[in-house]
Amino acid sequence: MDFFSFFRKKQQPASGSVAKDRLKLVLVHDRVNCSSQVLEMLKTDIIKVISNYMEIDTEELDIQITQTQSDDNNGTVPVLYANIPIKSMRKMNQD
Amino acid sequence: MSEVIVITSGKGGVGKTTTSANLGCGLAVLGKKVALVDADIGLRNLDVVMGLENRIVYDLVDVVEGNCRLKQALIKDKRYDGLFLLPAAQTRDKDAVSPEQMQKLCDDLKEEGFDYIILDCPAGIEQGFKNAIAGADRAIVVTTPEVSAVRDADRIIGLLEANELRNPVLILNRLRIDLVQRGEMMNIEDVEEILAIDILGVVPDDESVVIATNKGEPAVTNNDSKAGQAYRNIVQRLMGEDVPIMTFEQAPETFMDKLKKLFKK
Repeated sequence: MDFFSFFRKKQQPASGSVAKDRLKLVLVHDRVNCSSQVLEMLKTDIIKVISNYMEIDTEELDIQITQTQSDDNNGTVPVLYANIPIKSMRKMNQD
Repeated sequence: MSEVIVITSGKGGVGKTTTSANLGCGLAVLGKKVALVDADIGLRNLDVVMGLENRIVYDLVDVVEGNCRLKQALIKDKRYDGLFLLPAAQTRDKDAVSPEQMQKLCDDLKEEGFDYIILDCPAGIEQGFKNAIAGADRAIVVTTPEVSAVRDADRIIGLLEANELRNPVLILNRLRIDLVQRGEMMNIEDVEEILAIDILGVVPDDESVVIATNKGEPAVTNNDSKAGQAYRNIVQRLMGEDVPIMTFEQAPETFMDKLKKLFKK
């Protein structure tokens, strides 16, 4: 840390933590062996199915693979995370 | 009891061969009978790192194909009692050997009475890797704290576990203490967290390794070398002893240090 660093606008994060964050993300995809192509196909299919029941905001839709703590607490497991904003329900014939 | 250990990494150039040479040599210094096997057929290197390149008559492929007996191909290292090298063939390729043949070779070496058989695995995940892990009882994954090497290590760990080599352990090689302290390199905990495997040892980036390799004398025998000390610790852990991971804290440079440096130049 030198004297002039005090005057600099914003401290960039150190590259070590940047490397760690990038690696974590890339490994999540590597480990489940899921290409962005497959994810895109999945996304299209999910939109198709859900659209039968409700009107959704496809612009704000967010589908990704992340990691979460496993139930038995020994390490992490991949999860499919989907955030799908609903605009309105479709009228259904309920009988 | 004899044990076959494969040293692997996925990515090339992270120090598999250097690690193999140092662990083999370190174990032999402690009185173990060790066979170092260079499984990198076509890209033979363990012989030069060990300084035994002028003594090769037969190689691994000769043994597998029955051109010589196993004992004839094993080069005895005269500096360290109980240390032997089985060199790779240089004029053949990875397909010259099958996983079954490697398995048999490992069994034969066990019968010769070696305590440790250390396999130096080639880079990559193809035939050479499959051959090298075929006869192994346990695996050591070598990586450096760089994104490419850690990513490949993760892939290798997955492949090892898929091939029944459970619980591989990690050697973090060429750690630059100065960079870690400035936050410009992933530290031990970062790599451990990302790969989620146990760390067998951490080897600092050290010029003594380069010098040792130039001379063909593994750094593990150099008492003044930091990396040598790290390798000696790893060897003891391999033998089941509980040795703490070295701490590498460097005292920050004082004004006097800087002044001294200035006059040295």
